Parts: sequence; structure tokens; C-alpha cells
Amino acid sequence: MIPFDYRRPDDIGTAVATVTGNPRAAFLGGGTNLVDHMKLGVAEPELLVDVTGLTSRDIERLPDGGLRVGAGVRNSDLAADPLVRERFPVLAQALLSGASGQLRNLATTGGNLLQRTRCVYFQDVTTPCNKREPGQGCSALEGYHRHHAVLGASRQCVAVHPSDLAVALAALDAVVRVQGPGGERTIPAETLHRLPGEHPERDTVLEHGELITAVDLPGLPFGPRSRYRKARDRASFAFALVSVAAALDVAGGLVRDVRIAFGGLAHKPWRARLAEDALRGRPAAPDEFRAAAEAELADAQPLRDNGFKVPMARNMLVSVLTELSAEDGAA
Amino acid sequence: MRLNVTVNGEPKQADDVWEGESLLYVLRERLGLPGSKNACEQGECGSCTVYLDGVPVCSCLVAAGQAEGHDVRTVEGLADGDTLDPVQQSFVDAGAVQCGFCTPGLVVAAHDLLHRVPDPSDEEIREALAGNLCRCTGYEKILDAVRNAAATS
Ligand SMILES: Cc1cc2nc3c(=O)[nH]c(=O)nc-3n(C[C@H](O)[C@H](O)[C@H](O)COP(=O)(O)OP(=O)(O)OC[C@H]3O[C@@H](n4cnc5c(N)ncnc54)[C@H](O)[C@@H]3O)c2cc1C
Ligand code: SF4
Ligand code: FES
Ligand code: FES
Repeated sequence: MIPFDYRRPDDIGTAVATVTGNPRAAFLGGGTNLVDHMKLGVAEPELLVDVTGLTSRDIERLPDGGLRVGAGVRNSDLAADPLVRERFPVLAQALLSGASGQLRNLATTGGNLLQRTRCVYFQDVTTPCNKREPGQGCSALEGYHRHHAVLGASRQCVAVHPSDLAVALAALDAVVRVQGPGGERTIPAETLHRLPGEHPERDTVLEHGELITAVDLPGLPFGPRSRYRKARDRASFAFALVSVAAALDVAGGLVRDVRIAFGGLAHKPWRARLAEDALRGRPAAPDEFRAAAEAELADAQPLRDNGFKVPMARNMLVSVLTELSAEDGAA
Repeated sequence: MRLNVTVNGEPKQADDVWEGESLLYVLRERLGLPGSKNACEQGECGSCTVYLDGVPVCSCLVAAGQAEGHDVRTVEGLADGDTLDPVQQSFVDAGAVQCGFCTPGLVVAAHDLLHRVPDPSDEEIREALAGNLCRCTGYEKILDAVRNAAATS
């Protein structure tokens, strides 16, 4: 690990100005991804600006029944929050399905969203990777790519975004609040991450120096009927092969409204708008769920070794929606 | 920097600390507390688990600067003098220790679990210890140890 400076500024304005003014500076949250990458040589910042004492660790109620989550809220605290568990169980389940207790106790909301891909080549500085070094080529394209993308990838990069939290936030229409050198702006969680295209080195639409300060969860009356499901190579402590976050509102046997996002399929959490549109007003029945899933996945382009993800995603969505509709009917 | 940190209830100072070194390094190499183990240094194995402000964390990923002014409790701080904590004693009694490299982290993680959930199900034990890898025991004796500790404390 190369030597670096470490600072704990007194206010957010100073933190933003410091990072903005130095292309080799980075914000530090819990450090569970950044410090790891510094040890691996994947990231080599010369200055770390610790924001854990600056960003809010509070979860506040919003007037519309939603919640505002400070960027400094630890993943463990967010998952354990009674209001989160009551209003947005999908969010608590997504968090608890990720990492381990010792890591969730450190990981922050902001840092979780900006964690980088777990593509093995990205993390191994001895192999070519366009995300780490644009122009080097993508080792995963013909290499080990079981975990990689089936939707929205490019020839430049086929990595997936690893955050479980981000998938739940995309489904819930969350809004990311950002403080930059020019002031505050808000970004829908669904569009925070981008597809790789010709610039796989850019994971998100954030500019260097923009700080995530909070995430707003708008009120969702059927939020309590939501669920996160994750398939992985072992029962716990592993990243998703495929995951799905869903919330369902059923009235008189028909889908009144629905929110769906997939994880593990793309360079960003994949909000399943096609499936949602296909389902609204239709019977809440497994064959409808299946048709909607197939519509969403019709453009999937699996690589040599990850074709299993397509039926896995379809089946997972059918089973989650079927369970939610039973829960709904019982309520 | 001079690092000020409370360790096992006592205020400690370490001089000439680089803010970027890990809390694990500070504990082991500067404060003479080699109980927490250094294995993967990547958050994968849990052998470096310590309490930071009352919650277990991977100390290999905590920058020393982030520990300034905070409260740390290591595996060395669990026993009461010569009397082992019930979790430690039941690891010994159950034969849950082989090479012992994973043990300090598992003991802290199990200690935390039993503090939060005094009578955990097997499922809860497995999930709570998911962040701690052991390459020797096959985990069965470790589960026994945690069950016994729950039953006796
Ligand atoms: C062994 C292991 C297993 C894991 N398993 C999972 C899993 O199954 N699912 C999952 O979702 N995650 C998993 N994780 C990843 C973990 O969730 C992330 O490392 C963690 O959430 C990152 O949060 P942090 O606060 O530690 O971020 P940091 O490491 O501090 O920062 C990450 C990035 O975000 C930037 N940053 C931090 N805070 C802000 C902010 N407020 N504004 C702008 N930029 C910011 C940093 O500059 C850095 O680029 C795992 C990690 C490990 C080590
Ligand atoms: S998939 Fe993306 S991250 Fe992985 S090697 Fe290719 S360019 Fe790098
Ligand atoms: S040494 Fe910290 S988790 Fe392995
Ligand atoms: S006893 Fe050897 S690693 Fe667990």
C-alpha cells in the first residue's frame, strides 16, 4: 500500500472542497471496500478524507411516510431500524443478505452504494481490465465470467454491480442526495449507476468530489409487502449470482402496482420497468409473473458461462411475486 | 500522529502511528495485544474481529486514524483476571480450537451474539458466525461451544 495522508475535516463544505481540489483524493466511509482496494493496489489515493464524522448517522421520518437515511448510517443500523423493517422490509433483507456482521457494522450507506465491482480481474492488478485501466482490454469477456452481466453490458466491460442495498433502493424509487462543489443535487437511485458503454471506468454519474449526504425513501403504501431474494454460491457471506427486490400491491386478484429490480445481472441495479408495465392491471398469477419476467429478460445476452442467470432470474421473480401475492391476499 | 484509544477499558497512547495503518496493526504491533489475528487483511475471514464502540468489526479494515478517540475491546479483554469468559471456557471444553488462528475472532463474534441473543437457534449461530472462517475444525465443535456457552451463561 502506498503512503497517503488522512484528514478528518470539520465540515462537509471543507470535505467536498478538499476532494474536489485534488484528483487523487477520496472520501473514506467505513473503509471496507476502499481500504481493501488500497491494499490490493486497485486504488491509490494520496489523500483520504474521512467523512464518517460528517455525514448523518440518523434515520428521519419524512412527511409522506418515507424515510431519510443519512449517508453515515451503518448498514447494520439501517437493517435493524424498526421503521425500515416495518415500512421497507425489502431493504432490511437486502442489507442482511450482504457481507458479514463485522463488515455491516463498519459499512456506511454512502460507501455501500459506491463500492466497486467484485470482478476478479478488476481486483487483480496483474491482469488487463478496462475498468481499472481504460484501453487494456477486458479479461472477463473470454475468461472467468460466471458472475458477470447478461443485460446492458458492452464489449468494454461485462462486470456487475455488487451492492444488494442498491438493488432495493432502485426498486423503492429512492433518491440520492449529493453535495458537490456547486451545491446540492438529487439523483434517482435507479440512475446513480450507469451502464459501461465506452467508459467502464465510470461506475456512476457522480463527479469527482461529489459527496453522498443522504438517501430518501419516498413513502410507499405497499412497501410493507416487499421482499429481497438472493441466490449465491454458499448459504451466507457471498455476493449475489442473481437477486431480486420486489414490492407488490394486489387488489381483487389484480396487480394494482408493483416495483421490481434485479441484482447480479448488469453493471447497475436493473429496474425491471418492462415487467412492471406488463403486470399492472393483470391477474396476480404465476403465469403472468412468468410472462412479465420473460419480457424483461428478452434482451439478455449471456456470456459463455453465465447463461444460467436468465432462468434463475425469471424463476426467482416468479417465486417472489407468488409469495408476495399470497401475503397480500391474506392481509 | 499520537493515537489515543481506549483499549479494554484503559486509555492508551501510541506514538508515531501512521493514520493509514490498520487498527489491527496498532493493537498487535504497537500495543502488545497479539490476540487478534492477522490472516486475510481483506474482511474475508474475521480472525481480526474486535469490538469497536461496542460492535464487532474487522480491525484489519479500520484505519488507525478512524479509531482515534474510540473504544476498543479485544479478545484479551473478555476474561476476568484468570477466569475465562464463559464463551472462552466453552471453546476450550468443546475442543473447538485446533490451530487456534480463527479462535479469537470467533470468540468475540460469539460473545457478541450471546450478548444480543442469549438463546440463539442454530440458524442464528451460523449466520452470526458467517463472517468467521475456520480451516481446521469443520465448525461442528464451534457450534457445540456456542450452544454450551448459551446453556451455561
Ligand atoms: C468479504 C466481503 C464480503 C462482502 N459481501 C457483500 C455482499 O454480499 N453484498 C454487498 O452488497 N456488499 C458486500 N460487501 C461490500 C460491502 O457492503 C462494502 O464494502 C461496503 O458497503 C462499503 O461501505 P464503506 O462505508 O465501507 O465504504 P468505503 O470502503 O469507505 O468506500 C467505498 C467507496 O465509496 C466512496 N465513498 C464512501 N462514502 C461516500 C460518500 N458519503 N459520498 C461519496 N463517496 C463515498 C469511497 O471514496 C470509496 O470509493 C462485502 C465486502 C467484503 C469485504
Ligand atoms: S468485466 Fe469490467 S471489471 Fe471485469 S475485467 Fe472486464 S473491464 Fe475489468
Ligand atoms: S484479517 Fe481481517 S477479516 Fe481476515
Ligand atoms: S482452528 Fe485452525 S482455523 Fe480454526
